[in-house]
Amino acid sequence: MGDIKFNNLNEGHLDALSEVGNIGAGNANTALSQMLNKRIDMDVPSVKIADFDEVSGVLGGAENLIVGILVNVKGDINGMMIVAIEKSSAHKLVNMLMGQELNELDGFTQMDLSALCEIGNILASSYLSSLSAMTGLAMEPSIPHLAIDMAGAILSVPAIELGKVDDRVLLIKNEFLEGGESVMGNYILLPDPPSFNKILTSLGAAE
Amino acid sequence: MKDGKVIKVGMADLNVAENPDKLMTLGLGSCIGIVLYDSAVKVGGLAHIMLPDSTQIKNNSNLAKFADTAIDVLIKKMVEVGARQTRLVAKLAGGAQMFDFKQTSDEMRIGYRNEMAAREILKELGIPIVADDTGSNYGRTIELDTSTGILTVKTINHGLKEI
Repeated sequence: MGDIKFNNLNEGHLDALSEVGNIGAGNANTALSQMLNKRIDMDVPSVKIADFDEVSGVLGGAENLIVGILVNVKGDINGMMIVAIEKSSAHKLVNMLMGQELNELDGFTQMDLSALCEIGNILASSYLSSLSAMTGLAMEPSIPHLAIDMAGAILSVPAIELGKVDDRVLLIKNEFLEGGESVMGNYILLPDPPSFNKILTSLGAAE
Repeated sequence: MKDGKVIKVGMADLNVAENPDKLMTLGLGSCIGIVLYDSAVKVGGLAHIMLPDSTQIKNNSNLAKFADTAIDVLIKKMVEVGARQTRLVAKLAGGAQMFDFKQTSDEMRIGYRNEMAAREILKELGIPIVADDTGSNYGRTIELDTSTGILTVKTINHGLKEI
């Protein structure tokens, strides 16, 4: 197995990783469409090798208010996955799912929060299971954790975890949108360096 | 008095500023914002650190990433522009636990460990911590006004305070 560092990740590697994002996000989107009985679109994925400074800005700015559902990923692949949902979309989502008609500005009830956490869990699991099927690599998601806060504060958690081994972070990010309109949220997979090496090797893209 | 400019400090970054400029860092989560201030010359410094201890980590070339190395560098930079270490006071913000990890092993309580590391290092250096807003489970944006030494802490659902 090769050992590809951040410095020698080339276009081919990044293309392969963005395909990974497409497969994962596609599968998660299917799950979301079925839940909502609505078409959910996906934007082109972005694969980013980000400095810490950039990481906090990738979800609409460091102070952007988001609902973040985080799962730890363990197995052949180690890292973190975040399903980030824009706050207004999160209200829409729970309202649609639970047949509520509430003002969008209302706070979330405990029930809403549980529902959001479960939605994030389903989406992250769908994403990871398709990736696992494609690569033959095991990736076990932990139980989901939810926070509603500034994007930068939420992203500090994976940044710190991955910051223990390097000064940069690899992010595979896919936006999802409702009916081609406004952004509802993002799937972000953050594999650690040995893990993105394994993914590339399994796809025959490590050279 | 004219308004100063606002200097942004990113994650794993640090900077110094002089009256009337401001130092700001956005969306502190489990990271810690370490603020140092010398009121005699109105020089301020801000480090946005991610991890407690550079000696525990192999890849530690980024000095602003760790509490120990960041504080050293910050003090040096402040002294270069006229601050004196003996006059410095410190303020701390951040160190939240953003997610409720049930297995709260020390490993996962990184915010708390960052805070403890910063406190210990400042104590060793004899720099008093005169104010703090740390811990809990929410993000913070902070801004130091070097004309007054006041640190403003902004949050989403926990108000705004000046410390």
